[in-house]
Amino acid sequence: MTDETTAMATTRTGPVSGQERRSPIEWLRAQREHRAHLFLLAIMLLASIAVIDFQTWLVLTISGVAMGAVLFLMASGMTLTFGLMSVLNLAHGAFISLGAFAGGTVLAFWLNGYASSPSLLTNLVAIIPALLFAAFVAGVVGLVFEKLVIKPVYGDHLKQILVTVGGSIILMQLIEVIWGPNEIPVTRPEALRGAFMVPEALPLIGGIVLEKYRLVAVVLGLAIYAGMLWIIDRTRIGILIRAGVESREMVEIQGYRIHLLFLGVFIAGSALAGLGGVMWGMYKELLTPHMGDEMMISVIVVIILGGLGSIRGCFYGALLVGLINLYIGFVEPRLAAVATVGLMVAVLMWRPQGLIPVIRV
Amino acid sequence: MLSRILSEDFPRSKALTALLLVIVVSLALGPFLYDGIRAFTTLGMICVFIMVVAAYDLMLGYTQIVSFAHTMFFGIGAYGVAMAINGMGSTFGAVLVGVCGALVVSFVLSLLLGLLSLRVKAIFFALVTLAVAFAFLSLVTQLYGITGGEDGMRVRVPRELGPAFRPFENSLPGIDVPTLLKGLFTQPWNMGQVWQEATFEVRFNGRNVMYYVLVAMATGVFLFLLRLVNSPFGRVLQAIRENEFRAEALGYRTVVYRTAVVILSAVVATLAGAGFALFNRYVNPENTLNFELMVFILLMCVIGGMGTLYGAIVGSTLFILAQNYMQDLLSWVGQYTAGIPLVENLLGEDHWLLWFGVLFVLSVYFFPAGVVGQLRIWSLRRRNRKAPPPSGTGAEPVVQV
Repeated sequence: MTDETTAMATTRTGPVSGQERRSPIEWLRAQREHRAHLFLLAIMLLASIAVIDFQTWLVLTISGVAMGAVLFLMASGMTLTFGLMSVLNLAHGAFISLGAFAGGTVLAFWLNGYASSPSLLTNLVAIIPALLFAAFVAGVVGLVFEKLVIKPVYGDHLKQILVTVGGSIILMQLIEVIWGPNEIPVTRPEALRGAFMVPEALPLIGGIVLEKYRLVAVVLGLAIYAGMLWIIDRTRIGILIRAGVESREMVEIQGYRIHLLFLGVFIAGSALAGLGGVMWGMYKELLTPHMGDEMMISVIVVIILGGLGSIRGCFYGALLVGLINLYIGFVEPRLAAVATVGLMVAVLMWRPQGLIPVIRV
Repeated sequence: MLSRILSEDFPRSKALTALLLVIVVSLALGPFLYDGIRAFTTLGMICVFIMVVAAYDLMLGYTQIVSFAHTMFFGIGAYGVAMAINGMGSTFGAVLVGVCGALVVSFVLSLLLGLLSLRVKAIFFALVTLAVAFAFLSLVTQLYGITGGEDGMRVRVPRELGPAFRPFENSLPGIDVPTLLKGLFTQPWNMGQVWQEATFEVRFNGRNVMYYVLVAMATGVFLFLLRLVNSPFGRVLQAIRENEFRAEALGYRTVVYRTAVVILSAVVATLAGAGFALFNRYVNPENTLNFELMVFILLMCVIGGMGTLYGAIVGSTLFILAQNYMQDLLSWVGQYTAGIPLVENLLGEDHWLLWFGVLFVLSVYFFPAGVVGQLRIWSLRRRNRKAPPPSGTGAEPVVQV
């Protein structure tokens, strides 16, 4: 236990606020040790800007951040459920699909009229219910899933892996039963379609084309990250969650019903996965029952990169994965997935607990 | 003799012995007992997956290493043979080169994975293997120049293993067991005719030769693994499963053992993959590398019974039968439920996997030891009831499965 706390103290405190002058190399070394996530991000940005020309780089970076934002939505729930209750939910991908299908149904069938009208306000009438409905459906199914599937196997990782894999099969098949096995095309709402150009007059960035939807994804992702940080850092619930991640027993001893807290986190995590799913569905404009499974790999890489249980780590992990996907995808599209996994293996060799470790596995 | 062959690890349950005998006889005489190409393919797949699942059980059941990269090694074997034949022509030399090349690749990759488990702990390892397997899948799908991408590759097997090769002049007699049994129950007064309907001619060709190669491989691999898990090496693996820390404290280098298990199981999976490519004569990412296939292997292993090699036989047989014939069952049920809106959909023949998933989750809760483990527990209980143990032991007997 003491070993654990000291280890955490050293990783948390950041660089020593030394007054003495230090050589730049030492400073860099300190950064590498204490702010590994920022260090890695900076390296990636600098390395890519050296290879790719500036305007392309900017577009790629924004797209990468957009992808990272969506990935963060999907991954945050999984990392928190693991951190809080050490439950590894391999069915998380099914919640992503579920959210995408629920939201897609709203957009493509129920409120199709609002979604296809050119005005932004009417569009919002379709988009906001779609997002809420996706989160709601995923959350409710998450509640049922937790009660039926996960609760009986607390504390047994092997069984968790088995039953959540089984549960994931069931959920996927139910999606196929309800929505049919075929792909469903979902057109993006009118206001989110297309792109706009930065005026030529501006220096450096003049003339680049930015897709609207990616900007929206970035804004939404950042907003949710900020909201989550606020909840985790500033509210009472957040204190309990953080305490629970570090030591479940201690929170229980204080008289809190940790299971209720966990249930809440699980539902919220599933809802966020659903939200990420509908964002991803609108991005791809095509829904397949297995889309969640395909994203699961990126999600897993993200949470391993960031360190299981850490929201900040999850955010930076998502950014790194999104960026490397876009950069490598631009240079050699066939290697994007390999590069993502390569990044993960490299980081694990360097820091087996992830970039911002919270718990020890 | 039998005790030597089975390494003194008997089924230890009458029901299980009977079940295993039925399966083994069916596999050994397969082409003569079941008519039709579909039954033949099913039998071959069972042989392939007995190898794959037994190797997986060595990791999951005996050492409790959860790996999701098993299909990767299976795929390496299958693609190794396919690519070698593609490049060098349909000769046994090409097959040998393919198998050896695949074994080398698998060995190196599994060694790296095993060493990675030095750095990361159990649950991380599962996630890392999942990601690595996915990267491999995406690489194979993307490099269509050498792997054929999504379309996959046809494997032009050597003539001796193809349908054109006829080792025997005459066709051999066969008797179709399903027809016979059906006749026995529906028209037992008419056995003469039933018998006549059930007999068929087996035109023994190269595909049957390949089938018997698979049977021989599966037998060899299974008996070897059975020997292995009942050796001192296997005991150490089980010690690692029960408590890795304690095993290490006793002086066993657990890292060496874990790496050895990962490598061994990868090698066996590679061999099985090569056999699959030669039997199926078509290789694509979906039938060798898909994540879904990985899940299927996991299901077979768990349903058969983790930590019992016999579970690999029972699990793969049950699962592959379900995969091939549960659709028939569902469509038969479907006749009666047609018209009821939601039920009709739920019982649609495409959704056999849904019911299998439900069965799987329920079996993890209620029969965590799998079919084999549960049969052994029942038989042990019955034996204990007949002959109560000497007093003093008191509590529930320790069940070793």
